[in-house]
Amino acid sequence: MTEQPQEPLLSVTGLAVDYGTGRRRARVVEGVDLAIPPGRTLGLVGESGSGKSTIGKAVLGLVPIAAGSVVFEGRDVARLSGRERRALGARRQVVFQDPYSSLDPTKTIGYTLAEPCVNRPAGERMTRQQIADRMGSLLGRVGLGPDAAHRYPAQFSGGQRQRIAIARSLMLSPRLVVCDEPVSALDLSVQAEVLNLLAEVQRDLGLSLLFISHDLTVVRHISHEIVVLRGGRVVERGPAERVYEYPEDPYTQSLLASAPVPDPDEQQLRRDARRALAEQEG
Amino acid sequence: MTAIGRSRALSTGILPRVLRKPLGVVSGVVLLVIVLAVIAAPLIAPADPLAQSLRDVRQGPSAAHLLGTDSLGRDVLSRLLYGGQESLAGVVEAVLAMLVIAVPLGVVAGYLGGIVDRIVLRVVDVLLSIPGTIITLAVLAIFNNSMLVAMISVGVLASGAFIRVFRSVVLGVRQELYIGAARVSGVDEPRIVLRHVLPQLRGVLLVQITLFAAATLGIQTGLAFLAFGPPPPAPTWGGMVAEAASLIQIDPWLLVPTGGIIAVTTLALCLLGDAVRDANQERFTFAGSAARRSPAAARAVERPAAPEPSGRSAAGALLAVRGLRVGFGERGAETVVVDGVDLEVEPGEVVGLVGESGSGKTVTALSLLGLLGANGRIVDGSIRFDGQELVGLSNAKLREVRGAGIAMISQEPMVSLDPSFRVGSQIAEAASAHRRLGRRSARERVDELLRAVRLDPSVARKYPHEISGGMAQRVAIAIALAGEPRLLIADEPTTALDVTVQAEILDLLRGIQQRTGMAIVLVSHDWGVIADLCSRAVVMYAGQVVESAPVRATFAEPRHPYTLALLRSNPHDAVPGEPLPTIGGVVPSPAQWPVGCRFAARCAFATDACRQAPIPMVDVGDGRMSRCIRVDALREAVA
Ligand SMILES: Nc1ncnc2c1ncn2[C@@H]1O[C@H](COP(=O)(O)OP(=O)(O)OP(=O)(O)O)[C@@H](O)[C@H]1O
Ligand SMILES: Nc1ncnc2c1ncn2[C@@H]1O[C@H](COP(=O)(O)OP(=O)(O)O)[C@@H](O)[C@H]1O
Ligand code: SF4
Ligand SMILES: [Mg+2]
Ligand SMILES: [Mg+2]
Repeated sequence: MTEQPQEPLLSVTGLAVDYGTGRRRARVVEGVDLAIPPGRTLGLVGESGSGKSTIGKAVLGLVPIAAGSVVFEGRDVARLSGRERRALGARRQVVFQDPYSSLDPTKTIGYTLAEPCVNRPAGERMTRQQIADRMGSLLGRVGLGPDAAHRYPAQFSGGQRQRIAIARSLMLSPRLVVCDEPVSALDLSVQAEVLNLLAEVQRDLGLSLLFISHDLTVVRHISHEIVVLRGGRVVERGPAERVYEYPEDPYTQSLLASAPVPDPDEQQLRRDARRALAEQEG
Repeated sequence: MTAIGRSRALSTGILPRVLRKPLGVVSGVVLLVIVLAVIAAPLIAPADPLAQSLRDVRQGPSAAHLLGTDSLGRDVLSRLLYGGQESLAGVVEAVLAMLVIAVPLGVVAGYLGGIVDRIVLRVVDVLLSIPGTIITLAVLAIFNNSMLVAMISVGVLASGAFIRVFRSVVLGVRQELYIGAARVSGVDEPRIVLRHVLPQLRGVLLVQITLFAAATLGIQTGLAFLAFGPPPPAPTWGGMVAEAASLIQIDPWLLVPTGGIIAVTTLALCLLGDAVRDANQERFTFAGSAARRSPAAARAVERPAAPEPSGRSAAGALLAVRGLRVGFGERGAETVVVDGVDLEVEPGEVVGLVGESGSGKTVTALSLLGLLGANGRIVDGSIRFDGQELVGLSNAKLREVRGAGIAMISQEPMVSLDPSFRVGSQIAEAASAHRRLGRRSARERVDELLRAVRLDPSVARKYPHEISGGMAQRVAIAIALAGEPRLLIADEPTTALDVTVQAEILDLLRGIQQRTGMAIVLVSHDWGVIADLCSRAVVMYAGQVVESAPVRATFAEPRHPYTLALLRSNPHDAVPGEPLPTIGGVVPSPAQWPVGCRFAARCAFATDACRQAPIPMVDVGDGRMSRCIRVDALREAVA
């Protein structure tokens, strides 16, 4: 993990996002810089409400940007025309946290997977056969049988739905996938499977991931670089190992000390460390 | 891995589901017959509805006149068939008018939100404030008694309420993540509305249409009763009721077919609406599918008797659960989901209950408190709390135990708080249920409890929506502490919280436990939380306890392959860049539990012997129990 990063696939500079209008307008993200080189994973951590999902949405163009820029593949996303932006959908995809609301319950898995493909601009349109082939190979890739295409979301478990959501995000061969807490709602055993799947497709397809989570342990496992967020601002960034093993910012330290570890003795030490940190802060 | 096995072909069609309900079928058929008969009136009516015959006035039913005749000797059946055309057409006109206005406005307002939404809501307010009856009567006066215009105005005036209904449905759908995912994929907005939003509206739409149709039928016939619409001698349902009502002394029979047809049609519409609503609700869920078969219940006889756990004295235990079996569904045909659980908690002990979701942790916890709900019950086993048997206790007695002996906090603290009362009054209520308190001492007790959970006493004046999730969990703990319980059952108390808030809540529970000597049963699927708080871990799989051991021993050398696999899948000890060890497969659902070891399909140590017969819980030394016959092989592998 020491090779020199190339030209970033995604670079975010001075990003600010506001919610609300008029007097209720509030800035929830301020001055955030991020860069993800091709084939790398950037982990975004922070407590609830720190603005992680908001940054993810800004990168996806789901919320308007108040200041700063999002440059994807060398082009400023905010300056694109509607059609260009829609074409961008092909190369920038998303996997959401909630496996229960991220698939339309009224549509078969086949419909959900094919939807991004049937709606392409003329040049990139795929034939029915191409779509079916791709669907079959991706369902296999995420560990489901081809018969899954004829079923409805209610027939799958949470972990299987996340696999389907991952398959959907890969249908158009994207370059970047934003994963907003993709494993937070899953059991430990299922979480491990989904994390492995993400790491595997990333390696095989050379994807870049923006991996959002509140769990530093999970982020450390999958990311090359970690950015720690607090109140909409970046408080610490660096290579995953460094941030996890030797956190510099007190907030990162307390975040780490708060995460319980599966070892009663080490957990005791962490508890003491956290108490010391709290006393230091007053 | 394929889709979970119990899945059956799931039709999204609402119609087949309605047809599966007896009431839906009956009301649907009745409506269909009435509508078809009315439409086909010119073909099937036995007589001319206007033909008078003064020789047979006011006759009862006969072969010549199936429903009798009226005071001018006209055939009642024929008049009903022809009269229905006007009434049913009126219903259709009003419903169409309502849909044309309410669907687009409701969808647009809900989907776009913002300024559009505000304008639409203003329009709705105006619509709702118009006195409908007066306007309809005025319309009839202006438009020369035209029923068509009157019914359209009924539809328009009623659309306000329906706009609200449709808007709120769309508002909910708009938040769904699959809408966001479709948008990211470049699907354009009209298509998203067409493909993802409208299908969700379909069920609600059908329900509202049937109910509104029933209401407009009442309005239409009411107007006709008041002699609006086509003048006599043209037949109308309302007009015929009016005539029958005026003759009630002389000929009571006449009211039966005329009033009856209106009542039957209205009733059929309402029942159909109900059936559609039910069908719509169950459409995307598995309600009841698992509860049908119950092989687990049938196998109960083969269950080996649970041995007394050695090394632990059941006599001194605060809580002693033996062979607990819990089932859901019809009495006698329950699906057993918790199957022979033994659990012991010493005074002041903190026991962790771990396992994947669906393994029966929550059901076990709920059954300790007698809170299983209407369709769940304890099928077998014993729960002794402080020497008292809880199974079979009356609800009143159980409530006493719940108040003072055992308390519970759950994963969703917000749900357990009543949104319409201040936090303080909810704590006070719990405190005075335990012991009689004056107003003054109640307030003091509330302050004391809030301080015990490290909240400022001023929080008492806040409403639940004004506090954060972490604060809500503290309030829930305060309520649980109000009765000074000796045992607290905490079902995933921190799963919905942030790591930082989670750490605070765990600290709080530890502090209270150390101060008051209260015992805790902590349900969690997070090994870190178990390591933090518990002194003993009880691992559950597929409705059974598979391992029980002091917590350090559990982590250091698990004695059950499931425990080992679950511990290994934690990313904490994993090497970054390498795949995490996984278990593979899924937890079998209660209907699919195998005869032998329930973990066999996913177990790395499984042999044929494992699949032959139920595996008993055995003592493996050092106060540890394991439900595995290959503990020795496991011990070697770990060492
Ligand atoms: N649609 C919205 N309108 C107004 N405020 C919002 C909206 N969405 C989020 N916020 C606010 O913006 C801030 C950042 O929210 P965001 O969802 O990005 O947090 P997060 O880090 O993803 O948190 P979590 O871990 O809970 O998902 C929060 O204070 C939140 O209350
Ligand atoms: N109200 C209910 N009706 C029918 N089955 C239920 C009900 N509640 C839980 N179950 C079933 O009981 C089993 C155990 O559920 P639960 O105790 O909630 O698991 P856990 O808390 O370990 O995740 C599951 O198979 C679940 O589907
Ligand atoms: S009994 Fe056999 S299948 Fe079951 S856990 Fe032990 S080794 Fe695995
Ligand atoms: Mg979020
Ligand atoms: Mg549970």
